[in-house]
Amino acid sequence: MTPSLPDGLVAVVKRDCPTCQLVVPVLEELAESDRLTIYTQDDAAFPEGLDPVDDTSLTMSFALDLDTVPTVLRVESGKEVARIVGWSRDEWESFTGRSGLGEGLPSHRPGCGSKTQDPDIAAARAAALGAAQLRSRRVELGAHEDEMEAMFERGWSDGLPLVPPTPERVAHLLTGTTRNPDDVVAVVPPDLTECTVEKVAINAVMAGCRPEYLPVVLAAVEAACTEEFNIHGVLATTMPVGPVVIVNGPITRAIGMNSGGNVLGQGNRANATIGRALQLVIRNVGGGRPGEVDRAAHGNPGKFTFCFAEDETGSPWEPLHVSRGFASDQSAVTVFAGEGPRVVVDQLSREADSLVRTYAACLRTVAHPKTVVAIDATLVIGPEHSRVFRQAGWSRARLHEELGTLLQIPGTELIRGAGGITEGMPEGFADTVLPKFRDGGLLIVHAGGGAGLFSEIIGGWVGGAIGSEPVTREVVA
Amino acid sequence: MTETGRILLDPTAERTAATRELAKRPGSLEGKIVGLLDISKARGDVFLDRVQEHLEQRGMRVERFKKPTFTKPAPIDLRHEISTKCDVVIEALAD
Repeated sequence: MTPSLPDGLVAVVKRDCPTCQLVVPVLEELAESDRLTIYTQDDAAFPEGLDPVDDTSLTMSFALDLDTVPTVLRVESGKEVARIVGWSRDEWESFTGRSGLGEGLPSHRPGCGSKTQDPDIAAARAAALGAAQLRSRRVELGAHEDEMEAMFERGWSDGLPLVPPTPERVAHLLTGTTRNPDDVVAVVPPDLTECTVEKVAINAVMAGCRPEYLPVVLAAVEAACTEEFNIHGVLATTMPVGPVVIVNGPITRAIGMNSGGNVLGQGNRANATIGRALQLVIRNVGGGRPGEVDRAAHGNPGKFTFCFAEDETGSPWEPLHVSRGFASDQSAVTVFAGEGPRVVVDQLSREADSLVRTYAACLRTVAHPKTVVAIDATLVIGPEHSRVFRQAGWSRARLHEELGTLLQIPGTELIRGAGGITEGMPEGFADTVLPKFRDGGLLIVHAGGGAGLFSEIIGGWVGGAIGSEPVTREVVA
Repeated sequence: MTETGRILLDPTAERTAATRELAKRPGSLEGKIVGLLDISKARGDVFLDRVQEHLEQRGMRVERFKKPTFTKPAPIDLRHEISTKCDVVIEALAD
C-alpha cells in the first residue's frame, strides 16, 4: 500500500550523504516559508531541528521508488506533481520559486544513492515482496523443531540434507525465470499431479540450485513427464534406471556446467543440483518414492542426481540437440532412462576401425550379451577417443552406421542355452540375425576430461513406445 | 515484514496434512497392552492408579512409565521403550 504524501514540498535525505548535509541550510530556509516535510532514511534525528519523519523502515522511500537522495517532490492533493534530485541552485530555485537559495554553497553537487538502492536491502525487499505472492502451503515448524530434521521427517528428502525452502529463497530462485509461478510445467507421475513453476522452484531450492539453473530444471521436468519418456515406468520398473539429463547449448557455459574432467562425477554445483531437483520433483510432487511406486531392485547412485553437459567445443560432431532437430544457438535438455555409467578402456586403438570394434564389444554386454533390440544405451565418448574419429573423418552418422553393422548378432549366439547360459531368446530365433539396439536406441554424446583413452557406457531401459524414448526439450528463460 | 526461516513452503502436491498424522486409534482395547505415562505432576499417580485398577479389572495388561520431569518432553529412550512395549498409551495430566 502506498503511504499518503503530505501536500507541499517533500524532501528525502540521509545523514550518510554529503550532499544531503550540504543542503541542510537550504532546507532550513525552505522550512521557514514553505510547507516542507522531510523524510530521513538512516537517522531519525537528521537533520536536527527540522523535525524529520523517520523513514528508516524505507516504507516511503520504496513507495516513491527513489534512486537518489536528496530528492525533493512537490505534492498537491496527496499526489506527486514534480521532483528534482541532487543539489543544483538553479533547479531548486525554479522548483521552489525562491531566489538566493543556499548562499555560499557550490552551484551544484550530485546526490547520493538512495538507501533503497543498497543491493542487500533491494534484494531482501524483492524477496519479501515475491515471497508474499507464492501460493504453496506454508509449513510452520514447531518452536523446538530442527528445520533440517523436520524436512527429513516430512519425507521430502532423497536421503541427503536439503536447503530449507523458505519463501524468500523460493522467491529468489524464481528470479531465474520469466515464467509465472502459477504456470503448469507438467503433470507429474505417478500421482499425475499438476506441477507449477513454483513447485519446481521449491524443490530446486531444496536441491541446492541457483536461480540461473531454474530454466534447465523446468525443461528437464517437462521432458521427463512426457508420454514418450514415461517417467512412471522408469520409476516403477524393478530395473535400476533413472532419468539421465544431458544438457546442450549456450546455457551450459552460462551457468558453468561441467562437460570436462569428472563429467559424470561430483563437484559441479549445476550438474549436481539440476539432476537432483528433477528427482525431488518426482518424489515430492509426483509422489514417486522407493518402496512405493519406485520398485527398483537395486537402483543406482545416479538416482540421487545424474546430469551433465555435452562438450560441444571439443567435439568432432554437431551437438546432440542439433542432431535431434534443434539449432546450435538454442539450449536444450535430453532425458535418457539410464543406469550407472561404466568405463570402456581402449588405450591402443589409433584407428577408427579398431576403436569402433571395442565399442561394439562393450556395448554388446548392456543388460546381457544376449539381450537384443529391447534395451537402449548412451555412449559417452571422451576427447582422447573422439580424436581418433576426427582424424579418420568419421561423422557421428558414420559411427552409428558402423556400430549398427558390428552389432548385428547371429541368433545362434542369442538363443537359450547358447554359451552354456540358460538366459536367451527362444530356440526359433536361431536362424535370425538381430540388432543389439533398435533404431534410435543408441545415443552418442561427447564429454569427459582431456587425459584418458576412455569412454563410458550408460546402459538404458526398455526403449521406444513400450518403454522410454529419449526426449529433448528446449530450455527457455 | 519478511517471513522467517521457521516457515517453509510445502514442496509436495499438498495431498496430505502439513502436520504429522496421529497414529490410528484401535477400535477396542481388548487384548491390548496399555501404557500409563505419569508426567510427574503431583498426584498424577493417584489418578493413574485408579485407571490401572479399572483396566486390569477388564482384563487388560498395564505397563507404568514416568517422565523424569513434566517440564520437558519425554526422553527419547523412554518414548522408544513405550512404543516397543505397548499398543496404546494414556498420559495423565494432573494438577
